[in-house]
Amino acid sequence: MAAGVAAWLPFARAAAIGWMPVANCPMPLAPADKSKRQDELIVLNVSGRRFETWRTTLERYPDTLLGSTEKEFFFNEDTKEYFFDRDPEVFRCVLNFYRTGKLHYPRYECISAYDDELAFYGILPEIIGDCCYEEYKDRKRENAERLQDDLDSENNQESMPSLSFRQTMWRAFENPHTSTMALVFYYVTGFFIAVSVITNVVETVPCGTVPGSKELPCGERYSVAFFCLDTACVMIFTVEYLLRLFAAPSRYRFIRSVMSIIDVVAIMPYYIGLVMTNNEDVSGAFVTLRVFRVFRIFKFSRHSQGLRILGYTLKSCASELGFLLFSLTMAIIIFATVMFYAEKGSSASKFTSIPASFWYTIVTMTTLGYGDMVPKTIAGKIFGSICSLSGVLVIALPVPVIVSNFSRIYHQNQRADKRRAQKKARLARIRVAKTGSSNAYLHSKRNGLLNEALELMGTPEEEHAGKTTSLIESQHHHLLHCLEKTTNHEFIDEQMYEQNCMESSMQNYPSTRSPSLSSHQGLTTTCCSRRSKKTTHLPNSNLPATRLRSMQELSTIHIQGSEQPSLTTSRSSLNLKADDGLRPNCKTSQITTAIISIPTPPALTPEGESRPPPTSPGPNTNIPAIASNVVKVSAL
Amino acid sequence: MRGQGRKESLSDSRDLDGSYDQLTDSVEDEFELATVCHRPEGLEQLQEQTKFTRKELQVLYRGFKNECPSGIVNEENFKQIYSQFFPQGDSSTYATFLFNAFDTNHDGSVDFEDFVAGLSVILRGSIDDRLNWAFNLYDLNKDGCITKEEMLDIMKSIYDMMGKYTYPALREEAPREHVESFFQKMDRNKDGVVTIEEFIESCQKDENIMRSMQLFDNVI
Repeated sequence: MAAGVAAWLPFARAAAIGWMPVANCPMPLAPADKSKRQDELIVLNVSGRRFETWRTTLERYPDTLLGSTEKEFFFNEDTKEYFFDRDPEVFRCVLNFYRTGKLHYPRYECISAYDDELAFYGILPEIIGDCCYEEYKDRKRENAERLQDDLDSENNQESMPSLSFRQTMWRAFENPHTSTMALVFYYVTGFFIAVSVITNVVETVPCGTVPGSKELPCGERYSVAFFCLDTACVMIFTVEYLLRLFAAPSRYRFIRSVMSIIDVVAIMPYYIGLVMTNNEDVSGAFVTLRVFRVFRIFKFSRHSQGLRILGYTLKSCASELGFLLFSLTMAIIIFATVMFYAEKGSSASKFTSIPASFWYTIVTMTTLGYGDMVPKTIAGKIFGSICSLSGVLVIALPVPVIVSNFSRIYHQNQRADKRRAQKKARLARIRVAKTGSSNAYLHSKRNGLLNEALELMGTPEEEHAGKTTSLIESQHHHLLHCLEKTTNHEFIDEQMYEQNCMESSMQNYPSTRSPSLSSHQGLTTTCCSRRSKKTTHLPNSNLPATRLRSMQELSTIHIQGSEQPSLTTSRSSLNLKADDGLRPNCKTSQITTAIISIPTPPALTPEGESRPPPTSPGPNTNIPAIASNVVKVSAL
Repeated sequence: MRGQGRKESLSDSRDLDGSYDQLTDSVEDEFELATVCHRPEGLEQLQEQTKFTRKELQVLYRGFKNECPSGIVNEENFKQIYSQFFPQGDSSTYATFLFNAFDTNHDGSVDFEDFVAGLSVILRGSIDDRLNWAFNLYDLNKDGCITKEEMLDIMKSIYDMMGKYTYPALREEAPREHVESFFQKMDRNKDGVVTIEEFIESCQKDENIMRSMQLFDNVI
């Protein structure tokens, strides 16, 4: 519940008048408003600037500095005001947060100063409103990056003994500037890649004639030398690959990465060649494999950042390129068909079939115009010229669009990712806030039960859960409690609901189990039956089975009262207390009676009903030694 | 009622300037022209009309104005404020019924006088007044009697506020059954509708209801 609407709580409670005549059960008691103080103005002096506000405004958020008693530390007796030696500008935002429930981040403020102030006043930055949250996160990230850079550059100077050998190796591979060894390695591999590529190229150059035979390419003339060079390169690449594989933090991911595939493809032909013999039929295939050696050139992309970016943008523009290809194909097919039929008549025409015309169309559309195929008929020439004109359009137009698409898409991707990430976080925050408020209610009910349990034991030494709920919270919870009473249903959280659904579908009511259950359990449940004479300011907590289950295992089973209509199951629970004299005015009375489980005599009367017994009693929880004066029966 | 409604229309000043460009500023103006600022009557008058003390009225007005700076609440706003108290369920239908109950002159908005008048009955009125107000809430078409359909609508809206995650799980027939039991209790002459006399009489006989009515004494 946003604090801003806390002022409307009296209205919401008044609106509950609509539930009263419909409810079948009596309503829980309202929390008493002990402090009927008149609302007073308090003065906050922040470095000389005086702010004044109502006390209740500050008390809306009891877990911050200003809302709690912590501010008493800053109270100045002489001037009867609270003095804070902090920045008044940021305090303005902080105070506005109390007033409106929304925390804003002023753009002119330094992010770290702002964070410091928020930490001082005990406010979590996560509650910054949507309007300012993105800005805040951006600035925070920039700041963090800056700090990280500083830290990294520091680290680069000092040695890092904590990294293992494997991790140092990986760092050396990824970032050659970390050490001289890495740099040497980087240059050596680069050199050998270049050597290997040049070797592949030079291999095929005709090298001058050997007397008595025709011109040979260098590769065959100096085959031994080339073979040695090749071997050396492949050995270096293999060693490099194995070292990377060893150093990789996640080997599986490394093997799947593009670079490693390129590495493997680059060196495989050599090994395959070694293995294969000089078989005639196989060597043809082997020669083809040699083509893959040219992929070694892609290994340069580890050395060049630009190549990597290009690869990435191509990948991200794949759909645009795909569309270009598609439209080109359409145009080619259309024109090829037209040209074929146009040139069908002429003799000795090169346009022997439509696929043969593809070549002409492509050459014309890309304005290459080799001239090996030319139309001879008039119709052919007309369509040929249309083809070349449209070629210019079809190809020249999309290319700049694609180029600009590249940059646009690239930037947009980055921005969209950022927005998506923040949107998820924002939605998560909203959800958390909502569940937080409903969880607060469930939590306080549980606490109420715990309190009861402890009192039953007679040793209320531990003050529970520390958190005393504020008056507003307790009133809100009372309101929700009234709603539960009106409808005879209870709020539970999602997991409980799932559990219940599962269990109700199992429909397990073995009456034979119960005795065993009760005998197994040394620790029985407490039924907060006795709503003792104390008046807590928490609403009467029912003993919902679910709650119990979460606290401890449940071994009560309930008897369904005979007059129970198939209606809503009601919670008889605390209403059955004799002390208060309240009688359940509920039509359905579910009585839980008890069995003696441990040799202490029974105390109680029945409390909340429960669902079918849990199929597996949970582990004994740490509800300490609850007096085993609880009696349950099983019957159905 | 001397409450003034002052329309801040910018169009007047715009025409004088001649700076109003039809082409560009079109949609934005719609929003600005619709801003209405409403001020309630003076504190003394409200004190006479309602049973609240001066301080209570001040506190109420401050809270009211905080959420509705324009001085009036429309239905959307109302629903949104009310939904903040019930995070788990859907309170919009019940909020609509409440809105109609508060909006006594049926002009589509609740201003501070309406708000405080309603609250005064609920929180400071006699038990009979409160019961009357509740009857008015249930009687959706304000014809003086509650039919089963009206009650069913109300009941469904209340159950909607519980949301999905309840124990025991909400069944479809639960509201209808609840309505049946309500009618059994309230409808004396079994004619299928509950009139105001039947309602008040039955409520007065039911001690639970009487006791719960007293809960409202110290809400503020």
